[in-house]
Amino acid sequence: MAALQSALPHRHAAPQPVTEASAAPAGVAVTLDGITHRFGASTAVDNVTLEIKAGELVALLGPSGCGKTTLLRILAGFQTQTLGRVVIGDRVVDSLPPAGRGVGIVFQNYALFPHMTVAQNVAYGLEARGAAKDAVRARVEAMLALVKLDAMRDRFPKQLSGGQQQRVALARALAIRPSILLLDEPFAALDKNLRLDMQIEIKQLQRRFGITTIMVTHDQEEALSMADRIAVLSRGRLEQFGTPEDVYDRPATLFVNGFVGSANQLKGRVLRVSGGVAEVALEAGTLLSAVTPDAGLAVGDPAILCVRPENLRLATEAAPQQIAGTVELALPLGPVVVYEVRTPDGGQVKVTEPRVAGAALRAPGTPVRLHPVSPQTCRAFPVSAGA
Amino acid sequence: MTAAAITAGLAGPATAARTRIGREWTLALPLAAFFAVFFVTPLLLLVAVSLFADAEMTRFGLDQYVRFFGDAFNLAVLGSTLYLGVKVTALTLLFGYPLAWLYTRSGPRMQSALILVIILPLLTSVVVRTFAWIVILGRDGIVNTLLLSLGLAETPLRLLYTEGGLVAALVQVQMPLMVLPLITTLSRLDPNLLDASAALGAGPWRGFWKVTLPLSLPGIVAGCLLTYAASVTAFITQSLVGGGQMLFMPQYIYQQTITLHNWPFAAAISIVFMVSVLGVVMLFNLLGRASKGYVHA
Ligand SMILES: Nc1ncnc2c1ncn2[C@@H]1O[C@H](COP(=O)(O)OP(=O)(O)OP(=O)(O)O)[C@@H](O)[C@H]1O
Ligand SMILES: [Mg+2]
Repeated sequence: MAALQSALPHRHAAPQPVTEASAAPAGVAVTLDGITHRFGASTAVDNVTLEIKAGELVALLGPSGCGKTTLLRILAGFQTQTLGRVVIGDRVVDSLPPAGRGVGIVFQNYALFPHMTVAQNVAYGLEARGAAKDAVRARVEAMLALVKLDAMRDRFPKQLSGGQQQRVALARALAIRPSILLLDEPFAALDKNLRLDMQIEIKQLQRRFGITTIMVTHDQEEALSMADRIAVLSRGRLEQFGTPEDVYDRPATLFVNGFVGSANQLKGRVLRVSGGVAEVALEAGTLLSAVTPDAGLAVGDPAILCVRPENLRLATEAAPQQIAGTVELALPLGPVVVYEVRTPDGGQVKVTEPRVAGAALRAPGTPVRLHPVSPQTCRAFPVSAGA
Repeated sequence: MTAAAITAGLAGPATAARTRIGREWTLALPLAAFFAVFFVTPLLLLVAVSLFADAEMTRFGLDQYVRFFGDAFNLAVLGSTLYLGVKVTALTLLFGYPLAWLYTRSGPRMQSALILVIILPLLTSVVVRTFAWIVILGRDGIVNTLLLSLGLAETPLRLLYTEGGLVAALVQVQMPLMVLPLITTLSRLDPNLLDASAALGAGPWRGFWKVTLPLSLPGIVAGCLLTYAASVTAFITQSLVGGGQMLFMPQYIYQQTITLHNWPFAAAISIVFMVSVLGVVMLFNLLGRASKGYVHA
């Protein structure tokens, strides 16, 4: 282990030595401060501010073209932002080239050097930083053991499977002991089973080394399962930055509510607002209370009330704050049943219910009454906001 | 879909492809015929003529080849021609690579300007381009006028009819043949590779030597191949810029045919020249195949 620790002379101040021996988090904090990036006239990133703690795993989540890759490239130093600052640790790094930022990056297509073997790929960064020959060899061995590719050391990238290539890319990025790991859609090219394996593997590595990790993804499940915090982006703007529970249970905007998980969007008009709770008269003919994170909602405004299918209950007896409807379709999906319910105003509402083995499904045409579990599970947003 | 339909669906395109390939070769017939009549036949004729033992073409024998290889002068001409090609190819690569690299790094407007500059020589006749070089290099040419007026030279330098002048002219004339294949390979390179290199701590030079250059080898080989073959056989440029001062294989063949009417000897040295150039080209090709493997990954 001593050999490993001395494998890399630190020419640049930023990277902290990270070894298997050191269990303590060695990542650094990262701050993106008011980052705006324009390509010609179009704005790819619009005034994004993110404060990422040392050792945190943050997912940048958003639909295609929302500026995730651009943000990552700005952080790595491949692109210079139009406005704003990037702070790594306690240094503003805007004038530093990628090599000086202590950043390890895994590209979406892995970008392995096709003319080099696995071992040569992993050694590239160490050699570029002028490490001694036997130190390089020891470090390469250690990294290949870490990603379980010892046997593949002399193969060329195209002789490897997608998952193996990704592990090489990871080993190559980690070999230089970065204090920040950037992953651009790291699992997009992998099939489902392999994806789960790699997600677990990366999460474990990240925990073990305590590397601050920023992962781009447009897969919400991936973000929810892996990230400590999720930054949801839409059209270059930051919609919400919070823990998976925050983002899923307390979405800040209509966009986040619709993009992360699924949500029923019910149209209505605000009847009363007080203390962050709005009462909305739905077009479906019911009055429902909902939390409103948007202060802009006033009495009389048209509003959209979001409620997730799993937060709705089907009832048979009448009670206040219920939506009447008829079952249109029942989809048994293993652990749950999804019901599509037609409301009196012609809208459709999805409800999920746990499925009990042997229990009969509600037949299409059955009249039902729906109610949310609690007002806290309903969110009211202004109509104009977001998508 | 029934099993039969699936089988048909699977078999369908494959069968169609096979029949298509089966008939497609007939499309190549006209060209093949053209080649047979205007390329293979003359080539065979050339071989036949080279096998006459005397200039009057009365006896058969290998005398012409014996004569060629028996005379140091002939070997010197062949050697200097092949060497001329090496010099021109090396210089074209030296100037062409940065040009191609600049092209792939430029914005769209700069690219159109550059491609025009690169292609322009191909759009003008070799004769015109060569005469331009005579104007540039001549006794009262642009270079000499400039040198004299700047006081850098007392008397006009002899630039025309020197090997240096010839090499310079050939480099310019053959430049597109080098630059175009280079542009093709360089623009196919994944830009993320250089980003990866930079993030790993390699400077731009290291990235170039370790990543860009090895991965552009196929383009280098293709460019060198074309440039070499074109510059050793560049009869017009060699004759006009080289003047009568230097003798290279193409003029040598021309002399033997047109001036001396020694058709068998001309045919023999043509065959020797062709085989030598083919040898060099094949060597390049071998290099190319060795380097191609990892690029089209
Ligand atoms: N080099 C460029 N020149 C001009 N526009 C660009 C360039 N790169 C990206 N863009 C634009 O910037 C916006 C954000 O692009 P970016 O690649 O960051 O999206 P993304 O969130 O990574 O999308 P995806 O999930 O599809 O990878 C897009 O509208 C894109 O068209
Ligand atoms: Mg992207």
